[in-house]
Amino acid sequence: MKNFEIIEHTADIGIIAYGKTKEEVFVNSAKGMFYILTEEEETCKNKSSYQFKLSADTLEDLLISWLSELLYLFETKLVILNKFVLEEFSDYNLIARVYGENIGHNNKKIKREIKAVTYHYLEFKKDEVSKLWRARVIFDI
Amino acid sequence: MKQSWDGPLNKLDDYRWEIPKNYLSGMRVPGLIYASSKLLEQIREDQAPEQVANVAFLPGIVGHSLAMPDIHWGYGFAIGGVAATNLNNGVISPGGVGFDINCGVRLMRTNLTYKEVKSKIEFLVNELFRTIPSGVGSKGRIRISYNEMRKVLKEGSKWAIENGYGWEEDSLFTEEEGCMKEADPVLVSDHALERGKPQLGTLGSGNHFLEIQVVDEIYDKEVARKLGLEKDQITVMIHSGSRGLGHQVCSDYLVTMQKAVNKYGIHLPDRQLACAPIDSPEGKNYYAAMCCAANYAWANRQCIMHWTREVLARVFQSTPEQLGLKLIYDVAHNIAKIEEFNQEGRKVKLCVHRKGATRAFPPFHPDIPVDYQEIGQPVLIPGDMGRFSYCLVGTELAIKETFGSTCHGAGRIKSRTSAKKVVGGRDIQKELRDKGIIVKAESRGTLAEEMSEAYKDVSEVVEVMHQSGISKKVVRMRPLGVIKG
Repeated sequence: MKNFEIIEHTADIGIIAYGKTKEEVFVNSAKGMFYILTEEEETCKNKSSYQFKLSADTLEDLLISWLSELLYLFETKLVILNKFVLEEFSDYNLIARVYGENIGHNNKKIKREIKAVTYHYLEFKKDEVSKLWRARVIFDI
Repeated sequence: MKQSWDGPLNKLDDYRWEIPKNYLSGMRVPGLIYASSKLLEQIREDQAPEQVANVAFLPGIVGHSLAMPDIHWGYGFAIGGVAATNLNNGVISPGGVGFDINCGVRLMRTNLTYKEVKSKIEFLVNELFRTIPSGVGSKGRIRISYNEMRKVLKEGSKWAIENGYGWEEDSLFTEEEGCMKEADPVLVSDHALERGKPQLGTLGSGNHFLEIQVVDEIYDKEVARKLGLEKDQITVMIHSGSRGLGHQVCSDYLVTMQKAVNKYGIHLPDRQLACAPIDSPEGKNYYAAMCCAANYAWANRQCIMHWTREVLARVFQSTPEQLGLKLIYDVAHNIAKIEEFNQEGRKVKLCVHRKGATRAFPPFHPDIPVDYQEIGQPVLIPGDMGRFSYCLVGTELAIKETFGSTCHGAGRIKSRTSAKKVVGGRDIQKELRDKGIIVKAESRGTLAEEMSEAYKDVSEVVEVMHQSGISKKVVRMRPLGVIKG
């Protein structure tokens, strides 16, 4: 199973993230978003960690909130996140601890900016053939 | 994901194409696309026309769901779209403004001529690149407290000018005089403030730029003279927006609007169009927060222009005043505004969403500067970094047909990934240098993504607006030096 795929959109860029569980889709969509930012998938040292709690009305909305929160951390703490632990998870709530390394350390470079996570073409569903969960998200860059 | 659109388009004349109201059940008004036959072929290559039809579902929309010739596929609204809604029963939609609230352009004149700067372009570009923070995650040179940030959000350009970043007269030559009065910083989240605080006075990345240009063609000598422009003269164009602050405001209110759509029973074909009645608490709060982000963007461009003046003064061993570094105008091209129009003989206030569209008010409109009353509002249209940019003026016809709006730029035709594929091993920086354009960017990736072939030809876009009478060409500028994020 691939963790995620990058998809094209005229003005923007998106991902399809896969997972055996919904939680795994959340983790892989986060990895996909940081791949778009850095164009790298390798691991970095987990020097800083952040914990947060989110809630939303639907699973799709929770995914948007999750990625938006990670984008906020990236931009304000200037940190590239690469380990995502969902300590608690339901369709409407999550508690997460995420780990990463500051930009600038270890020559970490940012390739492009993501302005925001959009609702455009948003999808979160289970593929009945592969039995895998998948989510599609488009970013505004 | 690219998929061509083969829906119905009725030709009204050479530059106007209508999507009939009966195309989708739920459309409240027809769609209207401004394009030449050639541009229309490109427009049909993706789903932007479908988005024009989708916007026609918005409650309270009046006239047409409009699209300018630079239209391309966005999220929810197409980029290059205009929608006006009634204040009584209409909605306001953050998707109709975009994430980069008050992304916009300003144009500054100089007394310098091409001959005088020719040998100094590279030095000038390096100095500007060193002085003006650009690129992803760049931090600005301005250190302010959260309290001071709230003043920026409330006052816009005025804050920048009062704090030494500019001249008193600059705000007069800025749309809304650089400040939307309805701004209420209380309605901006801590997340948005945190993202915006370190980024004030930064250019950003992607398609944002600062360009040294030369006036290369004059179409209307008289209007150009009134703007203080003549052939071979040097100008500076700045394209930037509200940075992380605006992005966060839009993200925050999209969540609010998703709930509002259910609360008010609004039926929409795309979640990204989420909206709320203008007079509802959700609608009012979004508008007040959007005004804050718009004000931040004006302060941002004001600071960037101030440092540009300082660099020019240093490089040419003069003063900004002696160099005649006067702001010609500053326009917003991602914004929603409450504006007054005549509808069936009555004056009505409408909420005009311009998402990748520029206000283009005619001569004698009360909202344009006194100095420009006779010529109309300057409209600034940036092209891609290898071709031209334009200055136009608004017309009376724009008021009648497009709620005083026109195009905003070239419009993307290639996705960023496919642009990179086309570039392959080409050296874009060298190719531009061979054409006489010095470009300095934070990342090589940006140069590939932003190459000319990724965009429509801005000259064709501008020609449609000129020929259709929506705005009139005044001058064309050619890039000499560009800094990008």
